[in-house]
Amino acid sequence: MVDTILETEGLTKEFRGFAAVSDVRLEVARGSIHGLIGPNGAGKTTCFNLLTKFLPPTRGVIRYDGRDITGLKPAEVARLGLVRSFQISAVFPHLTVLENVRLALQRRRGGSFDFWRSEGLLKQFDDRAMALLEDVGLTGYARLTAGQLPYGRKRALEIATTLALDPVMMLLDEPTAGMTHEDVDRIVALVKRVAAGRTVLLVEHNLKVVEGLCDTITVLTRGRVLAQGDYATVSRNPEVQAAYLGTDPAIAGSTQHA
Amino acid sequence: MADTAISVAAPDAVHEEAGLFGFTRAQALAFGVLVAFVLVSPFFLYPVFLMKVLCFALFACAFNLLIGYVGLLSFGHAAFFGMGGYIAGHTAKVWGLTPEIAIIGGGAVGAVLGLGIGWLAIRRSGIYFAMITLAMAQMVYFFCLQAPFTGGEDGIQQIPRGRLFGLIPLDTDFTLYWLVAAIFLGGFLLVHRVVHSPFGQVMKAVRENEPRATSLGYRTDDYKLLAFVLSAGLAGVAGGTKAMVFGIATLTDVHWNMSGEVVLMTLVGGLGTVFGPVVGAAVIVTMQNYLAEFGAWVTVIQGVIFVACVLAFRRGVVGEIGNLLKVRL
Ligand SMILES: Nc1ncnc2c1ncn2[C@@H]1O[C@H](COP(=O)(O)OP(=O)(O)OP(=O)(O)O)[C@@H](O)[C@H]1O
Ligand SMILES: [Mg+2]
Repeated sequence: MVDTILETEGLTKEFRGFAAVSDVRLEVARGSIHGLIGPNGAGKTTCFNLLTKFLPPTRGVIRYDGRDITGLKPAEVARLGLVRSFQISAVFPHLTVLENVRLALQRRRGGSFDFWRSEGLLKQFDDRAMALLEDVGLTGYARLTAGQLPYGRKRALEIATTLALDPVMMLLDEPTAGMTHEDVDRIVALVKRVAAGRTVLLVEHNLKVVEGLCDTITVLTRGRVLAQGDYATVSRNPEVQAAYLGTDPAIAGSTQHA
Repeated sequence: MADTAISVAAPDAVHEEAGLFGFTRAQALAFGVLVAFVLVSPFFLYPVFLMKVLCFALFACAFNLLIGYVGLLSFGHAAFFGMGGYIAGHTAKVWGLTPEIAIIGGGAVGAVLGLGIGWLAIRRSGIYFAMITLAMAQMVYFFCLQAPFTGGEDGIQQIPRGRLFGLIPLDTDFTLYWLVAAIFLGGFLLVHRVVHSPFGQVMKAVRENEPRATSLGYRTDDYKLLAFVLSAGLAGVAGGTKAMVFGIATLTDVHWNMSGEVVLMTLVGGLGTVFGPVVGAAVIVTMQNYLAEFGAWVTVIQGVIFVACVLAFRRGVVGEIGNLLKVRL
């Protein structure tokens, strides 16, 4: 039996009658890297918003680690170790790179409502923050403000910040979008490395990345699950081919040999 | 993007390590100038005028805590400022308590009022947040107009300055000035501490990217509410102090005009800068004093300055200076 960490049943989100996500059944195995792919507008980001409670579902149930989290608030979900990144790079632009990561580490103090204390107190997290920055190749950038980083570095910073929470499960929304080749390779290597001991749910358009990283893939089109399985199985599926044909030669090409 | 990308960052762009009390070197210098000015000016300038500036400067610093560091535009801060004045006035005049208790009372009631209004307003963001604060402040205005203890149209008149701690008489303006100066500097340092505290870090994170802060597990509403309460409390202290200085508490200070004025002061001085609100308050109060003879035109002139600031000096006076000198002020 597979140990499922996250599962949804009948997950549906309607925006004024338009079903962006409809009746999605998703099962993510603990410790796996699970890919969520599909054409633009398929409902991938909406799924992430539902799973992390940034949007309330119209219908359906979300279970994480054996408990029903459908009614929780987003901050609560994050505290349970289910942490997301965003499709559009999400850093704190006017804070330094170090402060960005430290903000995640600072969560370990519990609440930070002590407005009368000096922020010097947070120096205790500097070593850990620097270690995380080193992991993503940002050591030399620590004292810059995050807004000054080139795009690829911002995405790396986001991953470092997410990792700082030591999440049980990470939801990454197109971590390599808009990156150059070297950056993509670095992020792929990084995700592979940090996935050890965690579960990762990954939205990704770059199918090479998906093929290289994911153990299981769920294909979404128009809000519905079209196929699920490993890369070979999914890419052989004629419906998936039809959905992708013409939009991405990579998958169409690779399936011809199959 | 290769590793050489780091060269894009000029040295001045590097975040300056904060030293003593969270002040950078430039800020410590500016703070020195501010303290020197506060200490020396009453020997040259009219103390009542200076006290007025300091009260408004504290009010603007309180307002800036919200707009500048949490990114929340309150359009109802007159409610806390004006109510602080009424409470201090009533405490000193009717209950005959000492001035420090009157002012603390003004701050406490401002904070409690802030808890209520803030709790309602933080449910919305952007323009809706501003609208809720404005609407709630209007309700406070009508309450002050109707409630018996505020004296309606007349306000509370002839508030006694009393004796500080029941000991030091504050009858002369020169003596009172030192109390006002101490309150101002204390409030200013408190705001600075809040901004540079663990709480302040989260506050800034909320300003920069609230969804991201949420995704890191912060209950952002709680942080916004605490910031709102602190800001309202300080605004109440500023209003209470002003009532003690002038001996009156009137509807002017709860009117929405006053909410607009504090926005103006903060914008003119420089939103999100530590010293901007102080400079902005000084500029606006000075202008009002010297332009008083123009009557209704003061409003027009203020309006023009407002528009000029928004168009030409988006960073405000202090913000522009900081940008020129490449330092954070
Ligand atoms: N808040 C919203 N209100 C109305 N419609 C929305 C909202 N959010 C998403 N949608 C719609 O739902 C559909 C799915 O959007 P979603 O962002 O989840 O797609 P996606 O699979 O992430 O696409 P992409 O690959 O372009 O990121 C789209 O048609 C989008 O227009
Ligand atoms: Mg998307």
